Amino acid sequence: MRKIALVGNPNSGKSSLFNHLTGLNQKIGNFPGVTVDKKTGYTNLPNGEKVEIIDLPGTYSIYPNSTDEKIVFDILANKSNKLYPDAVVVIVDASNFKRNLLLFTQIHDLNIPTILVLNMMDIVEKTGLSIDQAKLSNELGVPVVPMKARKGKGIDLLKQTLTDIKVDEYHTIFDATAHASEAIEEVKEIFTIKEDYLAYQLLQQFNINTSLAENEKNILQQIADKHNFSRDDLRRKETLERYSSINHFINGSVKETFTVLPKKVTEKLDRVFTHKIWGYAIFLSILFLIFQAIFAWATVPMDLIDLTFSKISAYLAGALPDSALTRLLTEGIIPGIGGVVIFIPQIAILFAFISILEETGYMSRVVFLMDKIMRKVGLNGKSVVPLISGVACAIPAIMATRTIENWKERIITIFVTPFMSCSARLPVYTILIALVIPDKLVFGVINMQGIVLMGLYLLGFFMAIGSAGIMKLLLKTKERSFLVMELPTYKSPRWKNVGLTMVEKSKTFVFEAGKIILAISIILWVLASYGPGDHIENAQVEVAELVKDQRLTPEEFDNKVQAYKLEKSYAGIFGKAIEPVITPLGYDWKIGIALITSFAAREVFVSTMATIYSIGDDVEEGTIKNRMRSEINQETGGPRYNLPTGVSLLLFYVFAMQCMSTLAVVYRETKGWKWPAIQLTYMTIIAYLSALIAYNVLS
Amino acid sequence: MNLRSVVDLAPGESAIISGFMDDTLSLKLLEMGCLPGQPIKFNFAAPLGDPICVSVSGYDLSLRLDEAITISVQ
Repeated sequence: MRKIALVGNPNSGKSSLFNHLTGLNQKIGNFPGVTVDKKTGYTNLPNGEKVEIIDLPGTYSIYPNSTDEKIVFDILANKSNKLYPDAVVVIVDASNFKRNLLLFTQIHDLNIPTILVLNMMDIVEKTGLSIDQAKLSNELGVPVVPMKARKGKGIDLLKQTLTDIKVDEYHTIFDATAHASEAIEEVKEIFTIKEDYLAYQLLQQFNINTSLAENEKNILQQIADKHNFSRDDLRRKETLERYSSINHFINGSVKETFTVLPKKVTEKLDRVFTHKIWGYAIFLSILFLIFQAIFAWATVPMDLIDLTFSKISAYLAGALPDSALTRLLTEGIIPGIGGVVIFIPQIAILFAFISILEETGYMSRVVFLMDKIMRKVGLNGKSVVPLISGVACAIPAIMATRTIENWKERIITIFVTPFMSCSARLPVYTILIALVIPDKLVFGVINMQGIVLMGLYLLGFFMAIGSAGIMKLLLKTKERSFLVMELPTYKSPRWKNVGLTMVEKSKTFVFEAGKIILAISIILWVLASYGPGDHIENAQVEVAELVKDQRLTPEEFDNKVQAYKLEKSYAGIFGKAIEPVITPLGYDWKIGIALITSFAAREVFVSTMATIYSIGDDVEEGTIKNRMRSEINQETGGPRYNLPTGVSLLLFYVFAMQCMSTLAVVYRETKGWKWPAIQLTYMTIIAYLSALIAYNVLS
Repeated sequence: MNLRSVVDLAPGESAIISGFMDDTLSLKLLEMGCLPGQPIKFNFAAPLGDPICVSVSGYDLSLRLDEAITISVQ
């Protein structure tokens, strides 16, 4: 099957084009496991041929500034790469033609069959520009396809062009041999390359070229030294020559200049969005809106999901013969799956917001507004995007730090991002807040539980900022930090892209987290159902012996038996073993079990609660929340989940690093166990101390 | 005439790029369309004075002050 790579500048409409070509037929490279998070999909050409579409990260140049951008170089400048495409579609924003074409000219010179897509032709038409496509195509020597990707116009023509594309004779826009012919000839001979520009690229970027062996790099270094191949000087000349070629193409085929493009709307909006008061006020309001939306809108579908799964369990428990397998299904697996599915509404809403902010171009303004503040604590304006994404899930957020060029700023961002309250914490927050914070309105309109929820998010945020400030003082680097960033024009969001992001993120989350949660649910059920010795089988007799002096109703007696069984199970022993450590925080051994299992993933707290409390329980009795509410602290006789314990638990979950997937991703992104180990230790200590203080102050 | 840089421009003022004071940074700036001989316009600064927004090659670019100061203009 032919492989087609999509390449383009950020904000060129590449993702719209990808979505139009592949529809829902997309595959996202799994995290964790693969280092490149690539998006692929399939499309059918008019002649019935099926081709694979690979979406490469947006970049301005073949010379990468970040690990994300480097993927484009890795794949396109290396013919032995498994993803090396049969053709490249370079999509450019035609209303911002000049800078966009730079990348095109670089890709073109690599000698891969290339198609140029001129996107945003609607804007071009509106602004009175005119582009002579035939002439441009003739000058560049490649097919040119005009497109309005937002409206889906031009897709058919692109597909037809992909069908007909053929390999042209190799010619380059930038003549590298004019500057370093001997060096290039030598590389071509030694590495058996026929393209001048590929040889030139080997000389330019062999340091970061992962396909080369150490001795090959040495050879290239020697060739470069021998012929005085001055990389930076040549790269500067290359860029200038490319721009002068671009000017030449433009003069022939484009009327009007770009400097007069009316961008009145963007100008006016920027005056508000980057205003010294309104700018920040609007940003805070948007954040507030997001949290209120998650808490208020998501509760309806979540309650529905909660109810549905407890009904399914109850139905199956009644319909199937009572056996260990049935109980595994109704008490372990189904509540476990329910505990995953219940996140979908919140994740979908969160990613809808994040995606809208990115689609509209507002996210760049957030970076612009926050850069100076973020730099004070050792971060970068671009750290804002990972920090906000961290509200959904730390895993994609940590991967999003790849856009930060500076190593120190990137490490600090990675280090502090897990302090941001991710959606896996949300179910824990939700259930605990519902248990210990009254459902009242403040000032008649604002939900008090919503305020506490926002407070927890802010707490995580401030801990992230504070920790970043400390790390800024501890880490040393000589590397410089840049913020040369495009501020795209404002656009209305493309709802199809927003929808697809919601689907994609929810799907990835459910499958990634789901595997862990399901496995843990099963392990937990086993641990909670079996124990050493024969206490569990003889529970009825042993409890009867213990309570023979008490007058218990049959129901009370049953509850005693269930509690006794759990206490004598492996899970109970496990929880009791850590009880001395967690008693000062106000937790009992049941919470201890949940804390241990949470180290696999935080959201397991809820499914652990479901498993622990529904063991031997009548499932029809209701939801986890009600079960937890009725849990009694055996020592005080009051509710187990009272204010001090609830707050202590909330704080623990805000700060603790309880996510193995995150640790794995930090390991991969930082290439070692040093940072994950420091992160785990640091966050656990903070979590323990703050929970300890809160419990003792409140009780 | 004294050497001026982009940070010396008033909001709304344009000038022609004459060169770069920083070799490493110039590689990136050139690729982003800051070309000698081409106009650059200072649009506005962020609320805290840094970074700033400039127009170059027909689009808006955000630069920190210490980056903008390396672009000389005439």
